[in-house]
Amino acid sequence: MRLPCPFCGSRDLSEFTYLGDATAARPDPDAPDAASAFFDYAYLRDNPAGPHREYWYHAQGCRSWLTVERNTRTHEILSASLASGNVQ
Amino acid sequence: MSPQPNRRATGGLIDRSVSLNFSFDGKQYGGFAGDTLASALVANGVTLVGRSFKYHRPRGFLTAGSEEPNGLVELRTGARREPNTKATTVELYNGLAAMSQNRWPSLAFDIQSINNWFSPLLGAGFYYKTFMWPGFLWEKLYEPLIRRSAGLGRLSMESDPDSYEKVHAFCDVLVIGGGAAGLMAALAAGRSGARVILCDEDFRFGGRLLSERTEIDGTPCAEWAANVVAELDGLPNVTLLPSTTVFGVYDGGTYGAIEKVSDHLETPGPGQPRQRLWKIVAKRSVLAAGAIERPIVFGGNDTPGVMLASAVRTYVNRYAANPGKRAVVFTSSDDGWRTIADLAAAGIEIAAVVDPRLQVAPSLGDIAKRAHAPVFLGARLREANGGHALASLSIIGADNRERQVRADLLAVANGSNPNIGLTNHYGHRPVWNEEISAFVADVLLPGMSVAGAAAGRFALADILRTGADAGAKAAEDTGFSATMPPVPATTADPVSATPLWHVDKSRGKAFVDFQNDVTAKDVALAAQEGFRAIEHLKRYTTLGMATDQGKTSSVTGLAIMAELTGRSIPVTGVTIARPPHVPVAIGAFAGIHTGPHFKPTRLTSGHRWAEENGASFVEAGQWLRPQWFSRPGEMDWLETVNREVLAVRNGVGICDVSTLGKIDIQGPDAGILLDRVYINMFSTLAVGRARYGMMLREDGFAMDDGTTARFSETRYVMSTTTANAAKAMSHLEFARQVLWPELDVQTVSITEQWAQYAVAGPNARKLLQNLFGLAIDLSPEAFPYMGVAEFEFGGTTVRLFRLSFSGELAYEVAVPAHYGDALIRRLMAAGAEFGVTPYGTEALSVMRIEKGHVAGNELNGQTTAGDLGFGRMMSKKKDFIGRTLAARPGLVDPERPVFVGFKPVDPSRRLRAGAHFLGLGKAATTANDEGYMTSVAYSPNLGHWIGLGLIKHGPERLGERVRAYDPIRNGDVEVEICSPVFVDPEGARLQHV
Ligand SMILES: [Zn+2]
Repeated sequence: MRLPCPFCGSRDLSEFTYLGDATAARPDPDAPDAASAFFDYAYLRDNPAGPHREYWYHAQGCRSWLTVERNTRTHEILSASLASGNVQ
Repeated sequence: MSPQPNRRATGGLIDRSVSLNFSFDGKQYGGFAGDTLASALVANGVTLVGRSFKYHRPRGFLTAGSEEPNGLVELRTGARREPNTKATTVELYNGLAAMSQNRWPSLAFDIQSINNWFSPLLGAGFYYKTFMWPGFLWEKLYEPLIRRSAGLGRLSMESDPDSYEKVHAFCDVLVIGGGAAGLMAALAAGRSGARVILCDEDFRFGGRLLSERTEIDGTPCAEWAANVVAELDGLPNVTLLPSTTVFGVYDGGTYGAIEKVSDHLETPGPGQPRQRLWKIVAKRSVLAAGAIERPIVFGGNDTPGVMLASAVRTYVNRYAANPGKRAVVFTSSDDGWRTIADLAAAGIEIAAVVDPRLQVAPSLGDIAKRAHAPVFLGARLREANGGHALASLSIIGADNRERQVRADLLAVANGSNPNIGLTNHYGHRPVWNEEISAFVADVLLPGMSVAGAAAGRFALADILRTGADAGAKAAEDTGFSATMPPVPATTADPVSATPLWHVDKSRGKAFVDFQNDVTAKDVALAAQEGFRAIEHLKRYTTLGMATDQGKTSSVTGLAIMAELTGRSIPVTGVTIARPPHVPVAIGAFAGIHTGPHFKPTRLTSGHRWAEENGASFVEAGQWLRPQWFSRPGEMDWLETVNREVLAVRNGVGICDVSTLGKIDIQGPDAGILLDRVYINMFSTLAVGRARYGMMLREDGFAMDDGTTARFSETRYVMSTTTANAAKAMSHLEFARQVLWPELDVQTVSITEQWAQYAVAGPNARKLLQNLFGLAIDLSPEAFPYMGVAEFEFGGTTVRLFRLSFSGELAYEVAVPAHYGDALIRRLMAAGAEFGVTPYGTEALSVMRIEKGHVAGNELNGQTTAGDLGFGRMMSKKKDFIGRTLAARPGLVDPERPVFVGFKPVDPSRRLRAGAHFLGLGKAATTANDEGYMTSVAYSPNLGHWIGLGLIKHGPERLGERVRAYDPIRNGDVEVEICSPVFVDPEGARLQHV
């Protein structure tokens, strides 16, 4: 598999590490339901068959965290962008 | 060398000026350069080459290529012995030694061929039926029995003496297969300037063109192929990879290929790999892998001398080796008829041409007429007779009369299956094409096109044209402008086929899968017993599950099942091929990453100095760290470590701590980032000071610890444990880029850029003052505990930290890594008058256990900051990663085991890490488990073993005795719970003046 790093270009999978679900945002720690929100955030992850947004880290490259949209059934990469939201 | 009785004097693509000697089953033979092992055996008249898997039936070559099911040999001897090697793909070399397989005591006389007579017991599903009960007999009786009688080749049981390489390659167009279609595709793409890689499994490009006698553009086709290869060879943008099989298609246009680099040599040359694994990233690919001819299933169709017609032509035309003297051609395809002319040209008598079709094109009849071959249309073969070699065949004519014909060679043609295994590698099933009675690729993989016979185009003109088309299109898709090379002129070749899958009422065993000994009767039994789904048929009969993966059998088995169940072939189903397309040695996947090269070895800049000074090294992740520095006369490591510990506590010692992770953090928001990753505050840290910090995972468990120093308002340097350096880096990057991208802060790992040494002991200050002189004031007032400084010395920058892991007056000195070697030598020189002692990780560990500092054993992913005694360090003034979940009930449960120290009640007893704590007199049950020992050491300062560990209510139970129970090492020691700080609990030594 190859990932299109917005900074480095198309690179081999072996340069990246995978974290998982990029759809969940870190909850507000001051919210009244913070305890249960953080529990969901840390443990309850969707594992959809089909397009999914995931975090990948270009550890052996530019060290950017990427948000990658990948079809988990076909490994088709639909998009890849810097997770910071910065545009290169 | 004996003459080669079946070799013709002229013709073929062999070099008669280069004689090669080889042995088969210990007997010596001769061959020529350009031969395969199979063609050389054919030239020598060797027809019996192996015994079959289950019935031990005598077998000869069925094919001349990589689809061969029968001709498997053990190649080479000793550690290089390679079982199940297809003799048809082995390029002959001088000194080659091969042995037949599956025979005992000899190939000609095999005792277990008696299985042939007990075959009713060994039919489909016999594994499941015969050995059902009793189960315990499996291991002792059935399995050894089956393995002995039904095994394939033997492994050498020695390690592979050869080396392997990996190559990463990138191209615009990858062409898989160097036959007529592949050559045209490579030519079209290559001429456009696109980067082309052309792979072919054969050691010579040309595919079927090497085995046929047709002409292209008025030139013999093999010569035409050589001319194209010569042109491709001259194009700088084209890479030719012969002897290279593409075995898998992976995501993102990645292809795996295996190149035989020195398999054609007796042993690889010095430094030469045996094979090379190619990882090819291609923007486009053209699959031009040709097609595989199909056998016909009839009685005795496995008798040596029965071959596919295409293979007969290969032996006769390419190798000038005649596989027989008197031949029958049994064909349901037009293509089979071309064999007649080739046999005649080679001087082989043709006893009969048998075609089940009632009518064939007149041009075919003319071929037979010219060869004086008797033709039987509407006819079929009922049985092949002969033991070790074909003797006769019985023909049932259209008139239903049976005739016996004497023959020692049978050429069988039944149409071809496009070689499309690679198109299945994403899980796409092929579809049935009624017009050619074969499966073709349906959904094509991204970027891949199929050309030539692989696309079901069997006429040479179509093959050349579709190849050129595909190559030009692929080049254009990658941004090159291709002009289609003119498609060369060929004569029309009829390609119609009406496959005959199985001859009804044939006598004797009729084989579908030659390698796994699956007969038509087994397929019928599977149908009868309800295993009609194609995946069930496969597993119940083992059809298509041998090392050849059913390349000559799967479709035929499927077609017979379709006939038996009255369904069409597409309704019956199809199996799909998975990678690897051909067997690949495990060694090739490992490449050079074996033994110590399995992972990179990282050395600190002081490594050479440590080697010179007698260090023993220990692996710490990828790093090698000095574990201790033995001196002459020391009896064991413990004596050495005790000396090193006492030297530090009573004088001064130096330890290389370069492997600890170091992260440079800069920017106006650096302090805020640190506040959010550490449980304690760092934004309030004064410039010129360092602070111990602990970070948690978001789930609330402790992740890593270390000290972080502040060098300016906007600059911090963090240290992490050696083990977690990369993890902490990625964690920080995640926090900075993903969680809080609005923070103005940057991070970079400087672990390898800085060498760092701990200088510890009462004489540490004197040693450093000796070295640095006036460059820095080290007085306690000017440079207190937890102070840090950066200054210039000896032409470089030095960072000095007053930190202590040992509990002694201690410093850490860091310099840019290329000064690391110089620094250790200068430190040692400066400490000579104090008897400075280098110490390793073991002494480091003893001293940290004596001081009750947590390390990797305690930061084991199951402990919280609270468990480790850092509960009160968790700031309540801010949010930080892990804060919310660290407060959940399970993590603040007062019953959680908590960090304390342990000492043996009997000071002579040794402690063991991993021991579990039980109340005195309590049984060793999980319910009574109160915690476990995490770290132990022998303390030379106290003269007995000490331990750190986690036990319920630990700090409230100081002085209480419990059992440290370690059943794995027969340990059961009574220990006393104590403070984890064994040495200098007041911390006075830190402040030594
Ligand atoms: Zn990158």
